[in-house]
Amino acid sequence: MDLLRFTTAGSVDDGKSTLIGRLLYDSKSIFEDQLEAVERFSRKRGDERVDLALLTDGLRAEREQGITIDVAYRYFATPRRKFIIADTPGHIQYTRNMVTGASTANLAIILIDARKGVIEQTCRHAFLANLLRIQHVVVAVNKMDLVDFAEARFEEIKESFTNFASRLDNLVEMTFIPISALQGDNVVEKSTHMPWYQGPTLLYHLETVYVGTTENHVEARFPVQWVIRPQSGQWPDFRGFSGRVAGGVFKPGDAVTVLPSGFQSKIKEIHTSDGPLEEAYSPLSVSLLLEDEIDTSRGDMIVKSNNPPQVSQDIEAMICWFGEQPMSPRGRYVLRHTTREVQAVIKEVRYKVNINTLHKIEDDLEFRMNDIGCISVRTSAPVIFDAYAKNRITGSFILIDAGTNETVAAGMIRG
Amino acid sequence: MPPIRSYHVSLLQQLESEALYVLRETAAQFRHPALLFSGGKDSIVMAWLARKAFHPAGLPFTLLHVDTGHNFPETLTYRDSFVEQIGARLLVASVQESIDRGRAVEEKGHRASRNKLQTVTLLDAIADQKFDACLGGGRRDEEKARAKERFFSHRNDFGQWDPKNQRPELWNLFNGRMHAGEQFRVFPLSNWTEMDVWLYIRQENIPLPSLYFSHQRQVFQRDGSWLDAETGFAQPQPEELIQQKTMRFRTIGDVTCTGAVESPAASLDDIIAEVAAARQTERGTRADDQRSESAMEDRKKEGYF
Ligand SMILES: Nc1nc2c(ncn2[C@@H]2O[C@H](COP(=O)(O)OP(=O)(O)OP(=O)(O)O)[C@@H](O)[C@H]2O)c(=O)[nH]1
Ligand SMILES: [Mg+2]
Repeated sequence: MDLLRFTTAGSVDDGKSTLIGRLLYDSKSIFEDQLEAVERFSRKRGDERVDLALLTDGLRAEREQGITIDVAYRYFATPRRKFIIADTPGHIQYTRNMVTGASTANLAIILIDARKGVIEQTCRHAFLANLLRIQHVVVAVNKMDLVDFAEARFEEIKESFTNFASRLDNLVEMTFIPISALQGDNVVEKSTHMPWYQGPTLLYHLETVYVGTTENHVEARFPVQWVIRPQSGQWPDFRGFSGRVAGGVFKPGDAVTVLPSGFQSKIKEIHTSDGPLEEAYSPLSVSLLLEDEIDTSRGDMIVKSNNPPQVSQDIEAMICWFGEQPMSPRGRYVLRHTTREVQAVIKEVRYKVNINTLHKIEDDLEFRMNDIGCISVRTSAPVIFDAYAKNRITGSFILIDAGTNETVAAGMIRG
Repeated sequence: MPPIRSYHVSLLQQLESEALYVLRETAAQFRHPALLFSGGKDSIVMAWLARKAFHPAGLPFTLLHVDTGHNFPETLTYRDSFVEQIGARLLVASVQESIDRGRAVEEKGHRASRNKLQTVTLLDAIADQKFDACLGGGRRDEEKARAKERFFSHRNDFGQWDPKNQRPELWNLFNGRMHAGEQFRVFPLSNWTEMDVWLYIRQENIPLPSLYFSHQRQVFQRDGSWLDAETGFAQPQPEELIQQKTMRFRTIGDVTCTGAVESPAASLDDIIAEVAAARQTERGTRADDQRSESAMEDRKKEGYF
């Protein structure tokens, strides 16, 4: 993979932004004027040294308070790879912004302050990253300078996190690296303070770790976004269903079904402005032309007839609640899934998850801000979906409060 | 066993298909969206992508140029021919008119800039035309406040951005719902870097204003940037010596606040090599960003793009 998207995670003040600043600085990815601006600001504020966290903490309020409030995206490249970084906030109040950054990442760097070890917020973020199916995790044990670069402390934290993570499923790969983001140990340069550590530096690991694609190339899925019907004599009968392939491979001649109507047809052409394509797969944006005139519009899904998704008004999902107001039992929300929007009513809260133990909570079922758990909903019209584990695009949804229009939950559909 | 295939998608293809997806979502979720078109390279690329997204139909957006009146003549010539080439409708909202109508007050002195006034003109145009979303060519790699932007950026009924309270934006599920009078800014190029934009321009062979390529120009120096002395919009002071130099522009905006850079880069290949070796950000040439530490954030909070 020539592009790696990764996110930071971990509790407030564990050093996430400092680490990203250090990574950019030591890999010479900072422009001179950016560095000067950050130096100027640090000097003005009376910092002892240049605060590299300012490279991502770009909002006025973040700089005043010294914390990250919302995710910052940074872009950098080395000869080996291109990277898109999401530096997310650790504060529990801004969990929704952490999930925003993590929802499009393939790898998470979970920071742990070596003095504090694994704490609740570490577990929350690790669990969320896992729910989102980020299968590659780097556990960066930070601030090693404050624990005398002690191997014993590193091993202790490694053991306690491994213990916690053993209860998570689907983790493909987990790498522990002792670092000091402040001083640069094991970020880009190998540390001279920790001869006992034989592993890679963080950057080397990020450049070389094998990360498979998250795209699904098996079950063909095409949520219709927009119907293209030119009002011109040059394209008299053109009717293109445009969208972005969400899974599988489509070819001209393929037998397809339009859901939820169930009408069948064949693909006549895969249209792009640069000419027709032989095949289309995710994540390409194209327009499909069908052999037959079928009533199809935004919110429908074109799928290959041989392996259809589920079509149902009942969904069971893991959700993370973001709303400031608790979820109202049997409450009505707008559910947005692919290009489809339907009404949804909460049928049942199955359980919530205790973040520290990962045990189910079944006696307190009120979803408050940042709670994670399992619910079932009933929708006003059929939803066309796969399990999130199979397909991130057709397996995810958001809930919107119809009164405030705020996004109040992220949902991952169970199989 | 069928052979294992790898479905490789290049970085530019990924960025292009993401942008097409965002443009189509914008058309689908809003009643009356506008595409902000300045004649700068990012808005050119965005308009190019919009043409692709709805091909062979026309653009479902009005192009909106917020015109400060301080244009390079090439920008206007280019704008009109580009708009004709892609077959779009163009609406020009004029800062001069806002000033004449008493909606905005011109800054005084030789450093006066119309940058801030653009916001007034933009918000008035949005209100007059009842636009509910404006597509902008802003990129997250440009500037530290832009690094915090969502694809779908909610604005209140004064057009204001509230960076401390943005909606979460999960996966590619964009929530464009709003109350009457509220608005959105949408950024299809969020994940593009300056380099990606240039590589894409080369790949697609997109025509650009000549200002982006090396040429001879009369300029004078102010606060470390080279300002144009030919159009007459920027006023050199007696001590600000006018010189002839080999220059090009890395970004194009209002003449009075867009600095040129000394460069021999005469082709796209030259520019790409130059961008790869650059040690300064492109917005370093923009006096509008240098006015204060959080100039961009402050403008966005007032309703800027
Ligand atoms: N001694 C020491 N201090 C560090 C190290 N890394 C970060 N810090 C300090 O820890 C504090 C918090 O750092 P940040 O980078 O802002 O932490 P963060 O994880 O981004 O915090 P939030 O984004 O608000 O969750 C700052 O004062 C840093 O200078 C380290 O390796 N050693
Ligand atoms: Mg931070």
